[in-house]
Amino acid sequence: MKYLYWNKDVELFSREELERMQSKRLRSMVKYCCDNVRLYNERFKKAGLNPEDIKSVKDVTKIPFTFKDDLRENYPFKMFAKPLEEIVRLHASSGTSGSPTVVGYTRNDIETWTELMARTITCPGGHKGDILQNAYGYGLFTGGLGFHYGGERIGAAVIPISGGNTSLQIKLMRDFGSTILTCTPSYSLYIAEYAKQEGVNIEKEIKLRLGIFGAEPSSETLRNKIENSLNIDAFDIYGLSEIYGPGVSVECPEKNGLHIWEDQILPEVIDKETREPVSPGEKGILLFTPLTKEGVPLLRYITNDIASLNYEKCNCNREMVRMSKVTGRADDMLIVRGVNVYPSQIEHVLMGIPGVGENYQIVVDRDILDTLTVRVEVTQEKFSDRIKDLENFQRMIEERLFEALRVKVKIELVAPGEIPRSMGKAKRVIDLRKENI
Amino acid sequence: MVKQISVFLQNRPGTLANLTKILLDKKINIRALTVADTSDYGIIRMIVDDPEKTLKVLKDSEYLVSETEVVAVEAQDKPGGLYEIASTLGEKNVNIEYLYTTLKEGKAIMIIRVSDIEAAIEALKSGGFKLVSEKELYE
Repeated sequence: MKYLYWNKDVELFSREELERMQSKRLRSMVKYCCDNVRLYNERFKKAGLNPEDIKSVKDVTKIPFTFKDDLRENYPFKMFAKPLEEIVRLHASSGTSGSPTVVGYTRNDIETWTELMARTITCPGGHKGDILQNAYGYGLFTGGLGFHYGGERIGAAVIPISGGNTSLQIKLMRDFGSTILTCTPSYSLYIAEYAKQEGVNIEKEIKLRLGIFGAEPSSETLRNKIENSLNIDAFDIYGLSEIYGPGVSVECPEKNGLHIWEDQILPEVIDKETREPVSPGEKGILLFTPLTKEGVPLLRYITNDIASLNYEKCNCNREMVRMSKVTGRADDMLIVRGVNVYPSQIEHVLMGIPGVGENYQIVVDRDILDTLTVRVEVTQEKFSDRIKDLENFQRMIEERLFEALRVKVKIELVAPGEIPRSMGKAKRVIDLRKENI
Repeated sequence: MVKQISVFLQNRPGTLANLTKILLDKKINIRALTVADTSDYGIIRMIVDDPEKTLKVLKDSEYLVSETEVVAVEAQDKPGGLYEIASTLGEKNVNIEYLYTTLKEGKAIMIIRVSDIEAAIEALKSGGFKLVSEKELYE
């Protein structure tokens, strides 16, 4: 098997070399955070900790955690370590309610992210000469631009088609001879299904070789299904906008865990309950400390994704730790078509609309692509004998939710009492998607 | 002017039976009825012989229910019967939201929900149509 490397010297660091680099970078990062971000300055003081107490990567567990709510409470720019003049890009992702989580990138941050994405596309087998059809969403979401920059960096021809418009996806795939497809795993299946219905002979007419899929949980069953239906090799990637975006980790051709780019991002796994570090191989909450990030540096950022770490050397010769697929969440966040959705965001929108009662229910299901339905009990004040009044009400809620979540929601109006209560409270979220589809 | 009762019903087997059972128990008679349906729910609109009582018992049973005023007008049972009514309202710029029919002593009665009920009544009266009162409908 042939393994490809974008930055071979670094990617093949030994554990010892890695830890030496991590320690050095962690020391300066801690000082940088305390000097430039008020939250860290205060947290260190409160913990009776000096930046100098962090001498090596072994000391990382002394550092206080950073939570998503810290970003929300410091919306929009109070977690920034650089003045806005130094920021060249702003992205945002779902916040738990109301305001999104904002991340600012300095020019160096964009450079680091691009480097990580170049490695991420190269590692599963992408290279100069590839035609990379990028069907991740472009916009505030980091998926589109992350792959765009990384693809260009390795010398691939990037098609910035973004998500949706499936018939055009298939036409370009056929006419341009795309060799790499990047999108969510469920969207790749949707494209395959659509192509089949259009009578496209995938084996003959589509030249795709690789798929790099992320932003959504996946499984081996799903991988096999995608590989068979698109006749490609499918690889998992992982990332989150708080830690640059996509490009935190990716599978190599071994398809046995995702290599985290540890020279830049220090991972840990802690116990869900005790928040103490777990032994390697044990599942827990994944957290990251980016080691050179300038715009919004984060120390021990809690992702709430559940995974485990494997420090064994891989057959691809990388010693960079491999994370397992994400097997769940430590909070109630839902991933719908690759978009992170918090039930509290939905509640926030609904409670702002007069005529919506407090009884609602969120139902997530999957029919190739995820569907998000919110069942809302109609109140007496909104009830009308005219269907159009109810339909307008329904559409208005759908639009408000789309604006807040950036994912399509279907509102189902139901009669009072329709939503089952238990202990007087309605069960808020029902996820009908089979575990690990 | 006639009072119409509208009820929100979940699109599920048995919901209409539950509703009509309540009306039966209270000895309420339905004189006319239409159902508008969507994929998720339906709205029943009906003329009953005791709208106040109906409103109360259905509210007590926690139904979503509303009362609307509609026009009841006699239509000629011959070609063009509905056309005459519709064109009279159209000429006066009165929009018909929906309509349904019932029979009374062999005559067709149109129950019409309009955008502007005062204008509708005036237009129909001056057009020489016979408006049907609540009392006449309930008999």
